Amino acid sequence: MTLTLFLPRDSAALALGAEAVADALRAEATRRGIDLRLVRTGSRGMVWLEPLLEVERHGARLGFGPIATGDVPALFDSDFGPHPAALGPVADIPFLARQTRLTFARCGVIDPLDLDAYRAHGGLAGLARAQDMTPEQIIAALTDSGLRGRGGAGFPAGIKWRTVMQADGPRKVIVANADEGDSGSFADRMLMEGDPFALLEGMAIAARAVGAETGYIYLRSEYPVCADILRAALEVFHTKVLAGSGFTIELRIGAGSYVCGEETALLNSLEGKRGTVRAKPPLPAIAGFLGRPTVINNVLTLAAVPHILADGADGYAAHGTGRSRGTVAFQIGGNVRHGGLFETGPGLTLGDLVNGICGGTASGRPVKAVQVGGPLGAYFPPALFDTPLTYEDCDAAGGLLGHAGLTVFDDSADMGQLARFAFEFCAVESCGTCTPCRIGAVRGMETLDRLIAGDPQAAPLLADLCEVMRAGSLCAMGGFTPYPVESALRHFPDDFAGQREAAE
Amino acid sequence: MTDPAIRARQIAEAHAGMDGPLLPVLHAIQSELGHIPPDVFPEIAAALDLSTAEVHGVVSYYPDFRTTPPGRRILRVCRAEACQAMGGAALADALRAGLGLDWHETRADGAVTLEPAYCLGLCACAPAALVDGAPRGRVTADTLLAEVAP
Ligand SMILES: Cc1cc2nc3c(=O)[nH]c(=O)nc-3n(C[C@H](O)[C@H](O)[C@H](O)COP(=O)(O)O)c2cc1C
Ligand code: SF4
Ligand code: FES
Repeated sequence: MTLTLFLPRDSAALALGAEAVADALRAEATRRGIDLRLVRTGSRGMVWLEPLLEVERHGARLGFGPIATGDVPALFDSDFGPHPAALGPVADIPFLARQTRLTFARCGVIDPLDLDAYRAHGGLAGLARAQDMTPEQIIAALTDSGLRGRGGAGFPAGIKWRTVMQADGPRKVIVANADEGDSGSFADRMLMEGDPFALLEGMAIAARAVGAETGYIYLRSEYPVCADILRAALEVFHTKVLAGSGFTIELRIGAGSYVCGEETALLNSLEGKRGTVRAKPPLPAIAGFLGRPTVINNVLTLAAVPHILADGADGYAAHGTGRSRGTVAFQIGGNVRHGGLFETGPGLTLGDLVNGICGGTASGRPVKAVQVGGPLGAYFPPALFDTPLTYEDCDAAGGLLGHAGLTVFDDSADMGQLARFAFEFCAVESCGTCTPCRIGAVRGMETLDRLIAGDPQAAPLLADLCEVMRAGSLCAMGGFTPYPVESALRHFPDDFAGQREAAE
Repeated sequence: MTDPAIRARQIAEAHAGMDGPLLPVLHAIQSELGHIPPDVFPEIAAALDLSTAEVHGVVSYYPDFRTTPPGRRILRVCRAEACQAMGGAALADALRAGLGLDWHETRADGAVTLEPAYCLGLCACAPAALVDGAPRGRVTADTLLAEVAP
């Protein structure tokens, strides 16, 4: 009898001790003479339960978590039955049961490097469909689905692909933007560690639609575990899927620069240059990597494509409302009780997600603020918790949804220091092309220090500075840094002594 | 030519057929030699048909590339918002004090290098760090110091 157990090899699970648990499971099985098949999966995205061990019984996956090495003998003693860490069927855990998992359907379920398991769970059906379709039909399906870019700007994917398809020039290129620079974001990482074939299949479909020969995945260097998994996945995919197709995919690793997530800076970096932002036009779709027509999409945009082709554009578009179609993968981190990844159709409010589904803060203290959309996103106070989490509603509330990362802070957070950090981050990461961004960030830190120290005259200076950065920056690094700064000032004036005085 | 220069040249020549080979070359050299000594820039430049100034410009632009040897252990600590929400600023202060290092510095005995990171994708188990590339979540200064500088 073989005992099959499932344990994530996702970075977050590893960060919480999954490798030691894997070793303990193997050692215990050997000691008991049990033939153990330990399947290393991605993560289900319930990070507070990691390492989350699963066993299959009567067709259901039962969970145990969080597991420490010391739990292992007792788990074997009870034959993976009653145990203090037993969670019952994983699919019934409310956090998971309430989700609509399209992009992340396989994540945490299968071995990410097992192509047969991928196929058995619906993988490669989209690519098979694409092979029977004309490029025109593929792009029409994408357009009908309403899929918008998941990298932050929300640009319709179908329009981008059509531009590249129609562009003149041989040697077109597909680039997966796996730079995932936004703090508070980890959905791209989870997908690539838990279901990398979905990204590769999406790239292969893109290549067929626009007629590309080469694909690149530009992965940030902060994700070494992800790089290992992608390398292994690429080997399998090249031999078993892409062989003879005329399309190949290469993994490239970034070098620690946030701005290299911006598409033109990314292309410069791929070309071996400094990762500075290029002026547009030309669009990458016309003249991208080495001047070739280039599709550049976020990981989640590309990974959504196989599902759209396999199950039809209408099915995808049926999720969501207005211009927000399909699902969004929210990532909730920071000071949060039940943090992780929550994929759902839009419509949920910020408060539902943070206080309801995620259970409020980890510290048990009241939530003070949630930063929505990464380091260039606004801080939302609880007074705005009825904001629906859609691109449009976040926009209307003075923020942005971006890559859908949510960072939770309890009432010990110092919003003055967080606003200052936004400028510090901009100063560290500015690519240097625009003066308002390069110099403004440093001036911003100085001016905020004065405001925090109680100088009311710093308030109008800061407002001017933010206006200059907004108007005079080539990209969102300089242009959006005012979002976290001004939202902190607006909603939390008490954390800035000078602001309080200026208001009185 | 010194040994590192010969190796750098070989590595660069092996990548010369790629489109946009410079970053892969720099990563490969750094992973083999631990750093990219400035005296190998001309070798890289010659192999890839670039100017030495271009190579220098790229090496100096990216935070990951180092021109001096790192410590035996590399501790990369997240400074970004989700980690700050879980005490990241105090953690960073304790680590800098405990190691006697500021960001980007290497201890005189060559034991450890301290690097900042701006998110490691471990925001739901913050604060987070990478120890020689291995992820660590819900870290404390004590556990990290015990691991990298016992
Ligand atoms: C400063 C800056 C950083 C960015 N970082 C990323 C990133 O890490 N990942 C990403 O997918 N897009 C990032 N973007 C957006 C990209 O420029 C681009 O819009 C995206 O790759 C397009 O793909 P999509 O249409 O699929 O979203 C960034 C933009 C800016 C201005
Ligand atoms: S806004 Fe900043 S990061 Fe963006 S192009 Fe200008 S200088 Fe570079
Ligand atoms: S903010 Fe520290 S890991 Fe994401």
